[in-house]
Amino acid sequence: MASKKEYAIEVRNLTKKFGSFTAVDNISFSVPKGQIFAFLGPNGAGKTTTIKILTTLLKPTSGVMAVNNFDPVKNKNEVRESFGIVFQDPSLDDELTAYENLEFHGVLYRVPKKILKAKIEELLKFIELWDRRNDLVKHFSGGMKRRLEIARGLIHRPEILFLDEPTLGLDPQTRNHIWSYIKNLNKKHGLTVFFTTHYMEEADRVADKIAIIDHGKIIAQGKSSDLKKKARKKSLEEAFLKLTGHKIRDEDAGSKDLMRMNRRLWRR
Amino acid sequence: MGAIYILWLRQLKRYFRSKARIVGSLGQPLLFLLALGYGFGPIFEKAGQGSYIQFLAPGIVAMSIIFTALFSGIEIIWDKQFGFLKETLVAPVSRLKIMIGRTLGGATVAIMQGIIVLAISLIVGFRPVSWVLVPVSLVVMALIALLFTALGTAIASKLDDMQGFQLIMNFLIMPLFFLSGALFPLNQMPPALLLVAKLDPLSYGVDGLHYLLTGMGALGLQMDFLVLAIVVAVLLFIGSWLFSKIEI
Repeated sequence: MASKKEYAIEVRNLTKKFGSFTAVDNISFSVPKGQIFAFLGPNGAGKTTTIKILTTLLKPTSGVMAVNNFDPVKNKNEVRESFGIVFQDPSLDDELTAYENLEFHGVLYRVPKKILKAKIEELLKFIELWDRRNDLVKHFSGGMKRRLEIARGLIHRPEILFLDEPTLGLDPQTRNHIWSYIKNLNKKHGLTVFFTTHYMEEADRVADKIAIIDHGKIIAQGKSSDLKKKARKKSLEEAFLKLTGHKIRDEDAGSKDLMRMNRRLWRR
Repeated sequence: MGAIYILWLRQLKRYFRSKARIVGSLGQPLLFLLALGYGFGPIFEKAGQGSYIQFLAPGIVAMSIIFTALFSGIEIIWDKQFGFLKETLVAPVSRLKIMIGRTLGGATVAIMQGIIVLAISLIVGFRPVSWVLVPVSLVVMALIALLFTALGTAIASKLDDMQGFQLIMNFLIMPLFFLSGALFPLNQMPPALLLVAKLDPLSYGVDGLHYLLTGMGALGLQMDFLVLAIVVAVLLFIGSWLFSKIEI
């Protein structure tokens, strides 16, 4: 790939097929180091699949990629060491405490013991869960869990942070608090952020660059002002709707979704 | 090593925090031990075979181990469904290490469950032939636990739904258990059935426990260890391979 050093993420002609269904269709984009990059799209557009490929969870059908200068297919461990991730769905262990969840993650990422203790304390204090550090996560609200997941993604000081709808279900205060922290990390430490969201005002406010994906294809990319200009709209949300249409998208409920629904029912 | 340890520790923490799981998984072994032990006891004695509780206890210990060991397979599906496995799979840790950590954790929990059932057996009248051999029996328990944890991992790696896993397990486990000589002596079986029992790896686990805890066995202790070790190695290999192929 050209200009390896400048980019945190570089993707060329990436395609992912599941049988006859093309989830990601020949997309190309690049994220310079230290940039906050928003990857927007309606439900089922291919955002999460792209993140899964970049984070080594899925193999692409074709295409070339580099994450922190490493190939996610050939150099999985090097790629994994360089990023932190907050998944779209909850991924904490409910039977562990807040502290134990962070400790578990820190050990997996080989954070030295002494640094790990201090880092856990710093992050738990930042997300205002230090007083609840010994409580099992199953007793936390959705917002508390989300904050904890974001803290977990940062514990090993990654160079790139993938955030798949990170502020979903959070109140404006918490969203603002978290974005301020991430922006601060981005400014101070040059953290590259790749995020998806359905909150357009959030993308407008935070992102340096935006790409819009629909039906697996990138249909527009550039600065927020460029996209608004291209769509001749005043707000990013209006531009997004003009570019992707007004039709409601439904994702099929797979077995995982059904399990989640069952779990919610059992908990009632 | 850190990754394997933390994965092992997680399994243990989850086990000790789930009181319902500890008590619930004792239900079936206790039922077998008390109902069958006392129910068939007089008939077994009349047939000149001695105390049935004495014969039954090692098999029930094995039973509690296999059910608990297989539960770790359900935990993989659970972690797949609810996202925790994703968190583990994107960490810079080889899948082999993840699999080893989880398997050791599952096996340790299963051994603990076996020890609890052995302790209960002592309360209801079981007496080991030699207390010195009881620690050696832990090795057999460990092999049984590893065997079925690896089996559970292998199957769970290929499945996404819990009901399917439970159906396959019941379909597989019941024949393995009933043919293992846990409920009746292998040396009294008809030759055809004995041949089938010899193809069942659990037979060697139960037989090993019989040797070490009661002094009675049918297949030979060395053979028990050898077969168990080979099957454990094969299943660990298959389990690791299938685990490495998981896509989420």
